[in-house]
Parts: sequence; C-alpha cells; structure tokens
Amino acid sequence: MADVLVVGELKNGELKKISKELTSAARKIADAIGGKVHTLIITDNVDAFAGDLKAVGADAVIGANLGEFSPEGYANGIFAVIQEKKPAVVLMPHSAQGKEYSARVAIKANAGIVADAVALSVDGGKVVAKKPIYSGKAYANFKVSSDIQMFTVRANSQEVTPKDGAGAVEKSGASVGEVRTKSLSKDLSGGNKVQLADASIIVSGGRGIKGPENWPIIQDLADTLGAALGASRATVDAGWISHSHQVGQTGKTVSPNCYIACGISGAIQHLAGMGSSKYIVAINKDGDAPIFKVATYGVVADLFEVVPALTSEFKKVLG
Amino acid sequence: MKIVVLVKQVPDTETNIKVGDKSINEAGVKWIISPYDEFAIEEGIRIREKSGGEVIAVSLGPDRVVEALRTAYAMGVDRAVHVKVDDYVTFDSTYTSELLANFIKAENADVIIGGRQSIDTDSSQVVVQIAERLNVPHVAMALKLEFDGNKVTATREIEGGTEVVETSAPLAVTAQKGLNEPRYPSLKGIMSAKKKPVDVKKPEELGATGSKLEVVSLEPPPPRIAGRKLEAADAQGFASQLVKALREEAKVI
Ligand SMILES: Cc1cc2nc3c(=O)[nH]c(=O)nc-3n(C[C@H](O)[C@H](O)[C@H](O)COP(=O)(O)OP(=O)(O)OC[C@H]3O[C@@H](n4cnc5c(N)ncnc54)[C@H](O)[C@@H]3O)c2cc1C
Repeated sequence: MADVLVVGELKNGELKKISKELTSAARKIADAIGGKVHTLIITDNVDAFAGDLKAVGADAVIGANLGEFSPEGYANGIFAVIQEKKPAVVLMPHSAQGKEYSARVAIKANAGIVADAVALSVDGGKVVAKKPIYSGKAYANFKVSSDIQMFTVRANSQEVTPKDGAGAVEKSGASVGEVRTKSLSKDLSGGNKVQLADASIIVSGGRGIKGPENWPIIQDLADTLGAALGASRATVDAGWISHSHQVGQTGKTVSPNCYIACGISGAIQHLAGMGSSKYIVAINKDGDAPIFKVATYGVVADLFEVVPALTSEFKKVLG
Repeated sequence: MKIVVLVKQVPDTETNIKVGDKSINEAGVKWIISPYDEFAIEEGIRIREKSGGEVIAVSLGPDRVVEALRTAYAMGVDRAVHVKVDDYVTFDSTYTSELLANFIKAENADVIIGGRQSIDTDSSQVVVQIAERLNVPHVAMALKLEFDGNKVTATREIEGGTEVVETSAPLAVTAQKGLNEPRYPSLKGIMSAKKKPVDVKKPEELGATGSKLEVVSLEPPPPRIAGRKLEAADAQGFASQLVKALREEAKVI
C-alpha cells in the first residue's frame, strides 16, 4: 500500500487550519498513488478532531499522547507511528515545531525530505514538491528518491477540499522516549494574539508609520480583521517593535491569503518573506515604491488617512 | 571545548538569479556567508573566548566556498575545513547533514552551531539532522547560550514568545538573530586569513551514502496576478473601494 501520513498540529487545544490543509493535500496524493490517509494528532483527546479531519479525507485519525512539545519527544513518537503505519509519504507542517521534529524524523526513517514545499503533485507514482528558493527568485521541483518521501509544507499553501474519508479513530501507544532538553520556563508575552506563521491575514507596518507610538493605527486594523501584526526590518532595527514580528528574509516567511503592507517600500528582502501571499495590498504615498510591482491592489496615499478609514469601513461591514 | 561552526555560502539577496535547467547560472552571482551563519561563527568564537578550546569552521560546496572560510578565519576561527562537492547537491539536506555529521563525528565536537536557516533554501533542516545523526540534543532558534561545564542553559525563540531550556553538551545549536552581534573581521585578520590552510575533505573520504533528492527542474517564479492601483478622491473613497475589492473580488475577508 502507498499510504500517506499527515502530522497535524493543535493550538490551545484546537485544530490548526494546517492540519486540514495537509489532510486535504494527502487525500489527493493518496488517491493518485492508491493508498489511505492517516492523520496523526498529538493529543489524548483524538475523538474531538476526528469529524473535522474525516470531512477533508482522513481514513484514519490517530491520537498520540506525547504531552508538552519537545522536538525529541515528538520526533520519537512520530517515528513510532511511521514504523507502525509504513507510509510511502509523510506530510508535516513547516511550522516552528514542525521544522524541528521533521529533521529528526527524516534521519530516523532514513528518508529524503523537501522542506517548505508550497505545491505538491504526483508524477509516475512519486510526489513532486515545488518550493521557492533564493528568496523566491526561483522555484525548484524535487522528487524524493528514498522509500519514504517526506515533506514539510508551508501554511496556507494547500486548498482545503471537502471529501469524506473513512474517519476511523485510533489511539497510538507511541511514547516520547528519551528527551535530553528540558523546558524550564516559557514567556508567551506575545499572548494569544494571532501568530504570523498561521495567519490568513497579515497587516504590516514599515518605516512609513514614522514611530512606535503609531502602531495602534496598524494594530486596530489587524484586530478588526483578526489578523496578525507584521513589521519591516527597518521598524525592528529602529527598536519600534520586537524581531518576532519581522517579515522577510531575516524574519518570518509567510503566505497569508491577504497581506496588507502599510508604509513599506517593498525591498527585495521584505518581498522574500511575503512575496508568495495570495493577495497583496500596498498603502504607500510613493507611487514608485517597489511594493507596487507585487501588489494586487495599490493605494497611493497617506497611510495615516487611509488606514483608519479602512478600519472603520471594515468595522461597519464586519459588524 | 571543541566548537564546530557551519558556514554556508549563498547568493547575496540583491543578486540577480538566472535559472538554468537544474541549477542556477552562477555567472555574475555575488556570494556571501548566509546571515544566520555569521551569528554562529560569532557565538563559536565567544564560547572559546570564555571557555578556551578551538573553533573549526566547516563549509560544504564547490571551490568558491573557500572565500567564506577565509572570512571565518578573519573573524577568528582556528581551523577551516572545506567539504568539496558539486553545489546543487546542497539542496539536499540529508546528504549535506550526512557529510557534515561524518566529519564532525571524527572531530568529537562538544558544540555544533549553524544558522537557524540558510537564506537560499530556507529549509531549517541540516543542523537538527546533524544532531539526530550524532545522537545529541539540540537547541533551535537560540537567543542566549550559557555553559556551566557541560551543562547548557539556553533561551530560544518559540512561536509567540521565548523559552528557557536546559540541556548538556555535546549538543547542536541553531542561531537566531539576537544571539549576538557578529564582529567585523579586522584588517590584520583579513591579511593573515589569506595565508591560513584550508583542509579539503572529499565525499568519498567521509563515507556518505549519497543524495536522496532528485532535482526535477528549476523555473522562474510564477508571474503575479496583474495588480492595479485604485483611484479615489480621498481616504474614504480608497477605503470603500478596498473593502469592496477584498470582499467581493478577492473574497479573502
Ligand atoms: C541582509 C539583509 C537582510 C534583510 N532582511 C530584511 C527582512 O527580513 N525584512 C525586511 O523588511 N527588510 C529586510 N532588510 C532590509 C530591507 O533592505 C529594507 O531596508 C527594509 O525592508 C525597509 O523597510 P521599510 O519598507 O519599512 O522602510 P523604507 O524603505 O524606509 O520605506 C518606507 C516606505 O514608507 C512610505 N511612507 C512614508 N510615509 C508614509 C505615509 N505617511 N503613508 C504611506 N506611506 C508612507 C515611503 O514612501 C517608503 O516607501 C534586510 C536587509 C539586508 C541587507
């Protein structure tokens, strides 16, 4: 059998959208190569997620209780499930956590891996993964030649398509094994705000906002849209906001459905991080700014006038 | 302490990339050390300055990567090793990590430090794969590292914040921006770096089993949907047009 195993992800006890995106992508691959879709969720409460995952094509939803995240523990647990299910293809999220455990899982399984794939197709029974390279200035297509083909996949890059899978629920006995890195404390002052990595909408500010006292103008629009707050490197280097908000080559790579750039010139290093966004809105008073070369909708105007107007307009229509 | 820092040479971001069939056309490309690897080199040197020992810089790639190793010498590493391979194979993280891990194994390193990702392939795989191959723990996205003998306390970036972890050497670390400020090579350092030896290792000597990736093709980026500039008399006009476009045309909000 040529089964596909998906490693899903939860956030605060809820299913992240990437779990459905990957299950849906796995369904298409499994249908093409003739196999089943298994979606693994790290939880002691797998029943809560079975319905949602079955509805996007999971034949089996597996729960493994591996406790708090540790890259080694997750890698050990996920590898145990791989040994049991013997999938031909494994899809993992290219999330902060996924990047860490996927590297260990690939070595344990003696598999080749393509990381940060944005498109998956099947050719001659093998998955072809497309990924941006050189800051999005080229795209490469890869096949993995080992028996198990592994991929980490960028959030928001895969369509979620309804399709009924068998949806059987299983509980795995996989355990964390030996973990040599102990978590002493966490500081989540980023709070429960929307995180850049998974956000489907991002509102970003650049040097055009003039100073840190003006973030509320950008944050208000983000809050109204349920969006994450992004920033250009110029604002981070100026000390207006923490590096964790930086989008770009030396910040985070994001692929939201909608990226709203306010007062950002669109330097190549910034585009490297957000250039694959589905829709890009640019608000900039300089009509020649490079950001307009990639913007789906360009607004040549003063952000201090347009952004508040946009916030109140959205408040009206979104209620 | 024996510290190995991993140094990857990548095209400068501003460089024009011309896509060939299975690799890029390297003519005219300007090469730099991947920015996160600069934090790795700096951290390696700082650990040695505190605890003694030696720092070995390793770069995998074709002949041009020796230039990156000279820069590492100029910053202050003690030894430089060139793992010599064709370059497009560097897309393949498992092959890269196998070659590098086999080299590091022979060196018995206490600390292996690389960047959190290289800016050409953005895979974030090699350093953690090396940790797995050497059967040692790792700390990814490190913002602070402290050694007390073999005990290591580290602060690292996680989604939505930071985490303090405790582990022990030997270990692998990936450097995130904030870990340190890389020093500039001194003129004296640059001059003396020119004369320092660079050891060359070939894949055959390192006993790697080979690539697990097939490059099917390279292509230029997909063209973006033609954008348009909105026309309006005032901010309110722009706002209502944008809301309409995003809700009715793009259907994203
Ligand atoms: C190695 C390296 C890595 C880098 N990595 C990153 C990265 O990860 N992310 C990143 O963003 N950058 C990165 N950069 C920096 C990048 O080159 C740019 O300097 C940076 O993106 C510029 O930020 P900005 O657009 O906010 O500022 P600017 O380039 O100063 O642009 C500000 C824009 O705001 C507009 N503006 C001003 N006032 C208003 C107003 N009232 N209303 C509307 N518009 C207004 C201006 O017209 C201008 O276009 C990197 C650079 C290097 C060398």
